Amino acid sequence: MHELGIAQEIVSIVVEHAAGARVVRVVLEIGKLAAVLPDAVRFCFDLCAEDTPLEGASLVIIETPGRARCRACGNELTFDRPFGRCPCGETDLEWLAGAELKVKEFEIIDV
Amino acid sequence: MCKTCGCSDDSRPTLTNLETGRVVALDERHDHDHGHDHVHSHRHDHAGPSTATIALETAVLAKNDRLADRNRGWLADRGILALNLVSSPGAGKTTLLERTIRDLGGEISISVVEGDQETLNDAERIQATGCRVVQINTGTGCHLDAAMLAKGLDELDPPRGSVVLIENVGNLVCPALFDLGERAKVVIASVTEGDDKPLKYPHMFRASSLLILNKIDLLPHVSFDLAHFLKHARAVNPALRVVRVSATRGDGLEGWYDWLRSRSP
Ligand SMILES: Nc1nc2c(ncn2[C@@H]2O[C@H](COP(=O)(O)OP(=O)(O)OP(=O)(O)O)[C@@H](O)[C@H]2O)c(=O)[nH]1
Ligand SMILES: [Mg+2]
Ligand SMILES: [Zn+2]
Ligand SMILES: [Zn+2]
Repeated sequence: MHELGIAQEIVSIVVEHAAGARVVRVVLEIGKLAAVLPDAVRFCFDLCAEDTPLEGASLVIIETPGRARCRACGNELTFDRPFGRCPCGETDLEWLAGAELKVKEFEIIDV
Repeated sequence: MCKTCGCSDDSRPTLTNLETGRVVALDERHDHDHGHDHVHSHRHDHAGPSTATIALETAVLAKNDRLADRNRGWLADRGILALNLVSSPGAGKTTLLERTIRDLGGEISISVVEGDQETLNDAERIQATGCRVVQINTGTGCHLDAAMLAKGLDELDPPRGSVVLIENVGNLVCPALFDLGERAKVVIASVTEGDDKPLKYPHMFRASSLLILNKIDLLPHVSFDLAHFLKHARAVNPALRVVRVSATRGDGLEGWYDWLRSRSP
């Protein structure tokens, strides 16, 4: 369950940047190929946010698809697993996107 | 006990040097600074409804990646080849290491970083071969990370121009995410685990440069379709090199040794 460690890391990144302000919303981007389960992150996030300025903050997760270009025909395709086959039969793919795992932004109460 | 993550003192990561018996706590990564300093500001009690959005675009694993790069530089400065051995529990990582050290010890200078949640068992097995070894116990953690390896390398102090073999915690999921600063990942699968492992754990097979299929001495006794397994592995990672071995009986080990020799300093 590496999502617990991931959630701890997310909380500590936001705590650091929030500099004491109360955080009400955190927006993450998790690619389909990031090997991280959004639901598990959500569960762990609430746990890790307890007793921090993120306690009770809502978590928004933007899931981005895996995108790859076929090395044989140049076709651009979408996948939700880190492997696949182009309609032309080729399995050698150049991965373009989908491994993202980042904190995009967060919202604080402005005082 | 830490309220946030429920960890207790005895489940915190430690590093043990088998040669000196020295035990070091590894809690740098897990520093319990879950913001307790800021909790009591109570600013929200008086705050109005207006909020501000702060753009970050920060990779969640950026800290680990930075430390991994630092390890990579440390290793490169010393001309050391480090390999990260990953597998599910019991695939035969330690057995393969014991055999490799016995067979190549006279030819290549090898030392080992062992990773397990608990026990010194694997490090003691490695030590019995006469090899230098440190053991990282991750406690509740299910993988090694770059900060742990940095401490491990410091304690191990491997000689220049040598090979460091890192046995990661038995787990086919998260070690794929945590770069340690190694030159390459070597994934070990065994025929008793079923031939669909590459499809079930594609990230690990994709992140690895070499696949060692172990326990082939058991092929006559298990239903394992080798052709299927190889097809699945290549579908997930077309560039993956494959060697088939029996770490106990010795079959096929030359393929692994050649791969290692061609990369060792
Ligand atoms: N038949 C057979 N058994 C093997 C082979 N390699 C390892 N084993 C056995 O598999 C079991 C697990 O081996 P280990 O080397 O401890 O496996 P590991 O991957 O280090 O295990 P963890 O560190 O617990 O994840 C032991 O009983 C070994 O003797 C092999 O090639 N053939
Ligand atoms: Mg082992
Ligand atoms: Zn194509
Ligand atoms: Zn883990």
